[in-house]
Amino acid sequence: MEQFAPVKRSKDGQPVRYLVVDDSVFARKNLVRIIETFGGQLAGEAGDGATAITEYDRTNPDIVLMDITMPQMEGIEAAEKIVRQHPEARIVMVSSVGYQENIVAALQRGARHFVQKPVKPEVLYEVIKYVLGEDATVSNAAGAGA
Amino acid sequence: MKMELIQPFINAADAVLAEGLQCSTTVGSLSMEEEAYRRKGVAALIWVTGDIEGRVILDLDTQTAVRVASKFAGTELPESDTLVRETVCELANQVTGNAITALNDQGFHFRVHPPILHTTDGAKSSEDTEALVICFETASGNVFMNIALRYNRRRQGERAMAAGQ
Repeated sequence: MEQFAPVKRSKDGQPVRYLVVDDSVFARKNLVRIIETFGGQLAGEAGDGATAITEYDRTNPDIVLMDITMPQMEGIEAAEKIVRQHPEARIVMVSSVGYQENIVAALQRGARHFVQKPVKPEVLYEVIKYVLGEDATVSNAAGAGA
Repeated sequence: MKMELIQPFINAADAVLAEGLQCSTTVGSLSMEEEAYRRKGVAALIWVTGDIEGRVILDLDTQTAVRVASKFAGTELPESDTLVRETVCELANQVTGNAITALNDQGFHFRVHPPILHTTDGAKSSEDTEALVICFETASGNVFMNIALRYNRRRQGERAMAAGQ
């Protein structure tokens, strides 16, 4: 798998920490592999929206990658609840259902961006850098500082 | 069953498989079925409700599922029941989600339900809805897609009334 120049937190140079939320273990594993190619670190995982909320409180991640269609509590509702409690939360919706109403609903409820499945690593990489903005720095060489 | 409902699913399956497997796919066979669906390997079923209603089934044999999972992951994965189930469900999720996205952009509104394993052979199409079975031939093996969709009559009526006003 392609390696990307590591994205680090500006404040302390540490790897960006991700909370990955998807009801599919297969999808979560694939996302974890992708964020590792960005030099990222897994802060936690959740298989539904309700668990995502408690995991966010527990792990305080830099980025949440959130699926939409999940059992019990869907991703958009979970995103809204997380942002209500943590307005600084950076949530990127990652879903195969990418029609405009869904995207608008997610953004209106606090998500920062949307990436459609199947996830292209180069697309997610650019979205992560955009969402983190000045809170992230990109190392020059892949693996540098690791 | 209208081709305008089917084509987005064929396009989505082609796109998802081509992206994940990094190879081209071809439609090997295409047939209509009115009997209860008999799965060929491990099958995931997704219900769709709204302006269009019905279900989509993705069906792969175990070896194909392992090869597909390995391609998607970018590394060789060992065979396990969990891996196979997860792969088939996620593939169904991505294909249906992408197809629904295209249909929604055409003005249809609906909800996609989470994938469930199709463990019995009893998910028969509605009496007035036949199913289309498509076989996608890929370098990793054959992927079967079974689609049974129809317009929601109530919503169709509402649309016709609105159009007539």
